Amino acid sequence: MTARRFWVFIEQEEGKVHPVSWELLGVARYLASQVMDEAAASGDEVSVEGVLLGHNVAPIAEEAIRYGADRVYLFDDLMFEHYRTCPYYKTLAQVAKKYQPEVFLVGATTLGRDLAGGIATALRTGLTADCTQLEMGEAKGVAQKVLLATRPAFGGNILATIMCRDSRPQMSSVRPRVFPMPPYNPEAQGEIIREDVDMTEEGAMSCILEFVHEKGENVNIEYADVIVAGGRGMGTPEGFRLLKELADLMGGVVGASRPCIDAGWISYAHQVGQSGKTVRPKLYIAAGISGALQHKVGMQNSDFIIAINSDPEAPIFEVADVGIVGDLYQVIPAMIEQIKARKEALA
Amino acid sequence: MFHALVAVKQVPDTTNIRIDPETGNLVREGVPAIMNPYDAHALAEAVRWKRALGGKVTIVSMGPASFGQTIREAIELGADRGVLVSDRKFAGADTLATSYVLAETIRKIHEQDPIDLIFFGKQAIDGDTAQVGPGVAVRLDLPVITYAVKIREIDLEGRRVVVERKTERWIEVIETPLPALLTCDKEIADIPFAPLPDLIRSLRYEPEMWTVEAGPVTFDPAQVGGKGSPTIVYKMGTPPLPEAGEKFNAREIGAEAAVKAALDKASATGILAAVLAQNEAAEKEARP
Ligand SMILES: Cc1cc2nc3c(=O)[nH]c(=O)nc-3n(C[C@H](O)[C@H](O)[C@H](O)COP(=O)(O)OP(=O)(O)OC[C@H]3O[C@@H](n4cnc5c(N)ncnc54)[C@H](O)[C@@H]3O)c2cc1C
Ligand SMILES: Nc1ncnc2c1ncn2[C@@H]1O[C@H](COP(=O)(O)O)[C@@H](O)[C@H]1O
Repeated sequence: MTARRFWVFIEQEEGKVHPVSWELLGVARYLASQVMDEAAASGDEVSVEGVLLGHNVAPIAEEAIRYGADRVYLFDDLMFEHYRTCPYYKTLAQVAKKYQPEVFLVGATTLGRDLAGGIATALRTGLTADCTQLEMGEAKGVAQKVLLATRPAFGGNILATIMCRDSRPQMSSVRPRVFPMPPYNPEAQGEIIREDVDMTEEGAMSCILEFVHEKGENVNIEYADVIVAGGRGMGTPEGFRLLKELADLMGGVVGASRPCIDAGWISYAHQVGQSGKTVRPKLYIAAGISGALQHKVGMQNSDFIIAINSDPEAPIFEVADVGIVGDLYQVIPAMIEQIKARKEALA
Repeated sequence: MFHALVAVKQVPDTTNIRIDPETGNLVREGVPAIMNPYDAHALAEAVRWKRALGGKVTIVSMGPASFGQTIREAIELGADRGVLVSDRKFAGADTLATSYVLAETIRKIHEQDPIDLIFFGKQAIDGDTAQVGPGVAVRLDLPVITYAVKIREIDLEGRRVVVERKTERWIEVIETPLPALLTCDKEIADIPFAPLPDLIRSLRYEPEMWTVEAGPVTFDPAQVGGKGSPTIVYKMGTPPLPEAGEKFNAREIGAEAAVKAALDKASATGILAAVLAQNEAAEKEARP
C-alpha cells in the first residue's frame, strides 16, 4: 500500500489567503477522484493535502480543511512572515522530498510564478505553466494514471496537453479564476501536521528592507462579479466613462482589451486576456471587442456574456450567450437606462 | 570592475503573428525574429551599470546558429562578449534542460572571469513560462530576485545589491549578496540608441560558438535536449468552439428593443437578478 498525495501550495500574504489556493484544492479533489478506482484495486490511500508557510497562520490551515484538504502541512515561523524566494522554495522542495507527492499544484500568481520554477528545478521535475485543464489519464508505458496538463500554446491558437511521465511530483501552475471555487464545508475534519523549520537566516540569502505601496487606483478585476469591458471599437478613451457608469450601476468594474492598454486609454490592471487577467464574473459585457483568441481565453469562463459589436460577424459572438449587433454608443446608454429601471423595480 | 552576464533569447515577434482565417493555423512565414523584449531591457540596465562602474557585459544564449544575429544586436547595444551554446543535442529542451545548459555555461564563464550580477528577462514572449531564470539560480545556488524594476545600488566592495521588485501588492526593496541573479521587467531601463563605435563593432562581431564537442563545458548527455526534459507533449489540438448565443440586431429593431431582449435573456437565467440584488444589498450597507 502506498500513499498517493495530491498537493496544493496554500498561498497567503499577511494572513490573507489568495483564493486560487482554494480553487486548486477543488482541482486536486477532482484529480484524486479520478484515481479512486485504481487506488481501491491496489489498496493505495489517496489524499488531498495543502502545504502552508507563514507566521501565525494556523487558522488558514483549518480553512484549507473546510475547502477540501484531508491534511495540511504547516510551517509556522517568523522566517516565513513575508514571502522570500529562497526559504520558500528550499523548504517546499524539502518537504516534497519527504512526503513524495504525486501531483503538486501552485497558483500562477506573481508569488506562485516566482516560486514554482525553483521548486521544480530543485526537485529536477517537470512543471507545466498556466494550465487551463487538468485530468488524470492513462499513458502508454506507465502503470498508474498520469497528470495530463493542457495549456494554450502559440498565442492561444493551439491547446497542448503535456505530461511528465517519469519524474515526480508532476507540477502544474494554474492562473486564478480558471477553475471555480470548491464547496465550503464548515464541518469538515482533517489533520494539521506541524513541520519543523530547517532553515536559517543565512540560508534565506536575502532580506527585505522595505515595502513601498504605490499610489493610484486599486482595481481587482479577477474577482469582480460584473465586468463591463471595452475594446478598440470605442474609438476614444472617453468610451470608458460610459462603461464605468454602467458598471457602477451593478457594482462592477471596467475591463479592457489589450489595444486600449497599448494606446494608453486605461491601465494594465484592467486588461483581460492571455497577457492580462483571467476572469470569470457572473456577468461579462464586451463592447467594441472583436473577440480575438487572446482575449477570449481570458473571459470565456464567465457565467453570462453579453457582446455588443457593430459587425455581425465578429468572433466575440461565438462565445457570447447573447449578442447585440449595433453601435455601442447607442446600445450602452439604452442599457444604462434599462438597468436603472430594473433596479428601481427591484427596490 | 563590474562583470555582468545577460541571458538573451531570440523569439518570434508575437505581435506580428497572424492566424490564417481559412485554416485557423498560425502563419509563421515572414514573422521576424527579435531579441526577447524583456532581455533587451535587462541588457540595457546591465550596460548602464557597466558604464557607471567600469567593467564588461557578457551575453549567453542557447539556440541554433541563427541566434548569432541576436548576439550581434546585443553587442550593438553595448555588450562586450557573446557566447552562443549551440548543438543539435540541445533540441527539444524544456525549461529544466534549458536551465541546465545555461547554468553550466555560466559556471564556466564565471571560472574564466568572475561574474558579479546575472540578468535574465522576466519571461520569454514565445512561451511566457518565466521558469528559466529561477531555474538557473537554483542550479547555481544563487539568490534570485524576480520581477526586478529598479537596481538602487550595486556595492562591489561590500558584495551586495539592492533591488526593487514589483508584485501585485507593492514594491519590495530587497538586499542580497553578490553574485545574484535578477529577472527583469521592462521598467528596469529604457533601451538607448546604440553609440556608433558599438554599432560598427557589432557588424564584424562573431560570437563564440560552444558546442558539446568543441566547447569548454562538459555536459551530461542525460540532462540536455529532449532527453533531459521531463515534460513530454501528450497531444495537440485546437480549442473547441462553444455554441453561439442568440443575436439581436439594434439596427433592425432599435437599440431599446435589442437591449431589452438581451437583458431578458440574462434575467431568465437568474443572473441579472442575482447581480442586482447583491449590489442592492451592498449599497444599502454602504449607506449611513
Ligand atoms: C501574444 C499575444 C498576447 C495577447 N494578449 C492579449 C490580451 O491579454 N488581451 C487582449 O484583449 N488582447 C490580446 N492580444 C491582442 C489580440 O490578438 C487582439 O489584437 C485584441 O484583443 C483586439 O482588441 P479589440 O477587440 O479591442 O480590437 P479590434 O480587433 O480592432 O476590434 C474592435 C471591434 O470593435 C467593433 N466596433 C467598432 N466600432 C464599434 C462601435 N461603434 N460599436 C460597437 N462595436 C464597434 C469592430 O467591429 C471590431 O470587432 C494579444 C496578442 C498576442 C499576439
Ligand atoms: N535559450 C535561451 N538562451 C538564453 N536565455 C534564455 C533562453 N531561454 C530563456 N532564457 C532566459 O530566460 C528568461 C525567461 O525565459 P522563459 O522561462 O522561457 O520565459 C528569458 O527572458 C531569457 O533571459
